[in-house]
Amino acid sequence: MAPSVLTAQRGRYAWDWTDWAAHLYLLAGVVLMFGPIAWLGLSSLKSETGLNLFPPTFLPYEQATVDAGERGKLRLFKVTEGDHQGETLAELRRIGRQAQLIDPAHPETIIRRPGAAREPVMQVRAAVENYSGLFSQFNFLRYFWNSGFITVVATLLTLLVNSMAAFGLSKYRFQGREPVFLLMLATLMIPPTIVLVPNYLIATELGLTNSLWGVIWPAVATPTGVFLLRQYMLTLPDELIEAARMDNASEWRIYWRIILPLSAPALAVLAIFSVMWRWNEFLWPMVVLSRSEVYTLPLALNSFQGELTTQWNYLLAMTVVTLVPITVIFAILQKHITQGIASAGVK
Amino acid sequence: MTPLTTLFGVVMNLPERPMRWAQGRLREGRLGWVFVAPNLAVFALFSFLPVAIDIYYALTGGTALLPSERPYVGAENFSSLLVCDNYFDADSCRRDVFWHGIWNTLRFVVFQVGLMLSLSLVTALVLNRKIIGRGFFRAAFFYPVLLSPVVVALIWKWILQREGVLNAGFASVGAAPVNWLLDANWAFFWSVFVSIWAHMGFYTLILLAGLQAIPAEVHEAASMDATPPFRHFRKITLPLLMPNLLVVLVLGLIRAVQMFDEVYVLTGGGPGTATTFIVQYIYKTGFADQVRQYGLAAAASLLLAFVLLGLTLVQLKGMRRGA
Repeated sequence: MAPSVLTAQRGRYAWDWTDWAAHLYLLAGVVLMFGPIAWLGLSSLKSETGLNLFPPTFLPYEQATVDAGERGKLRLFKVTEGDHQGETLAELRRIGRQAQLIDPAHPETIIRRPGAAREPVMQVRAAVENYSGLFSQFNFLRYFWNSGFITVVATLLTLLVNSMAAFGLSKYRFQGREPVFLLMLATLMIPPTIVLVPNYLIATELGLTNSLWGVIWPAVATPTGVFLLRQYMLTLPDELIEAARMDNASEWRIYWRIILPLSAPALAVLAIFSVMWRWNEFLWPMVVLSRSEVYTLPLALNSFQGELTTQWNYLLAMTVVTLVPITVIFAILQKHITQGIASAGVK
Repeated sequence: MTPLTTLFGVVMNLPERPMRWAQGRLREGRLGWVFVAPNLAVFALFSFLPVAIDIYYALTGGTALLPSERPYVGAENFSSLLVCDNYFDADSCRRDVFWHGIWNTLRFVVFQVGLMLSLSLVTALVLNRKIIGRGFFRAAFFYPVLLSPVVVALIWKWILQREGVLNAGFASVGAAPVNWLLDANWAFFWSVFVSIWAHMGFYTLILLAGLQAIPAEVHEAASMDATPPFRHFRKITLPLLMPNLLVVLVLGLIRAVQMFDEVYVLTGGGPGTATTFIVQYIYKTGFADQVRQYGLAAAASLLLAFVLLGLTLVQLKGMRRGA
């Protein structure tokens, strides 16, 4: 069999150059995919001074300090020329071009050196205060809660409403069933981007602006979810329902005690989609939420990147915290997510 | 039972009584409507009614949000958007930003979809070989798909800023730093690059599923005949993958035409209008400008809707053929 990047190979064990090329390509891809995210993670642990270093360092560096009793924390410098060359001294203060330094071991003698004759002593330290500062200096918990509330409530409602519709469309014969199904699929052609203005009006009329429910309600009915669940429920045998009716189960009981549990795999796929959609949603929330106390994480990030250009340390930490929940979910459910999306073919 | 499942049970039992009541009154057929109703109501309120309102807004002017306070202007919004002295020169149009948006979006769609699908196809083909740790690689390429567009944009903004790591790499080989996001061509390049970075894993996944659905016997028959590899790809793999490629192409087009989030956060549409796309024009005109011109925004939405309508019809046709 001719080896090639372009064809599937089976049953070969000796590596030829195309195998090497394929693995190299994939490794390069992994570096390109994860590199930027790793860089974000490393950068988020740098102090403000560490972030300002150019060229940037790989690990989070900052200037070492020493605790000098009543004089507080002093920054450490290494003398580079002249007297005391090579010694590590702590800086008391700087007057003009003169730096006043002390030896931490003999703090009583003040050493005067030109400012140019010393360089800062750097040490590796993770600036966890970037993260703790999110909670003390920003309304961060509120944004996190807003995003979480929208994601959880909207996903539960989506699962309920879409599965009810799918049940009705797959297990009942009624006039207008086909048109209704087509009508629901037709909403694929009406994405949020083209109904921004009218939905803003409707949200205003319903008093949903600056309310988390304004983000939740419009997203609850999804054509993708109805389609996915209906196709799945069609494969469930109708005899199950007949048998339950014999036992005098109500239609609602049949729906939620029999059909819903059996549809778990399809529901799981939809749940994953919904969590991803709602946690990451940006444009519609930006339109409907204008007060900062109802901001979701993406909105908060976007407004901070405009305002806090000098405070990258907090911005980076907040970015990391935003990507952590989705990353954890993906790490745990990786196989189900990729298989679910591959089989559904939607996003 | 945990309290949560108990709560869930109680809540889910609530509709039991009204549903039983409805069941006694309605014939079996009508009950289907009861299940469909909530979903249909949300669609009616937030999808179908809005299209009608979109048309109303597009035909009325002024800056009022309330429909009753808006004067009828006929097709003025459309003509204002569409009139140009020279259609290839956006600056000659009355709504020059709209036309910059159209041309930018077209350019973006061609580059982004073309490059992304090519890369996705190559990656899927590579992943379809005997690969050590295929699951890991597949997940690695897919991971950015899950990230929030705002997160994606900030990750790259941090890398591309003037004192960022990319310029540091340039400096280390003696090259001058570049203001990546302040130069029109570079900003456009990075918009395409970042959106490919964020989305190609999804298309790779779909194409890989398509490749794996091709029966092994087909490949074995070809290798028995000693078909040359490129011919094998062109005559066997590619035709069998065609339905998937079509689906992926239309999906990619639909999403690229509506590109907004990543690029808006990354470049803000700039410098100037270099990376302003159609959806950003709609958002800006309706919600971000000092004077909110809802009519213009709605008219632009409807024009975009026609494009999406065409693309979605192709998609549904493909879906039906696939199913």
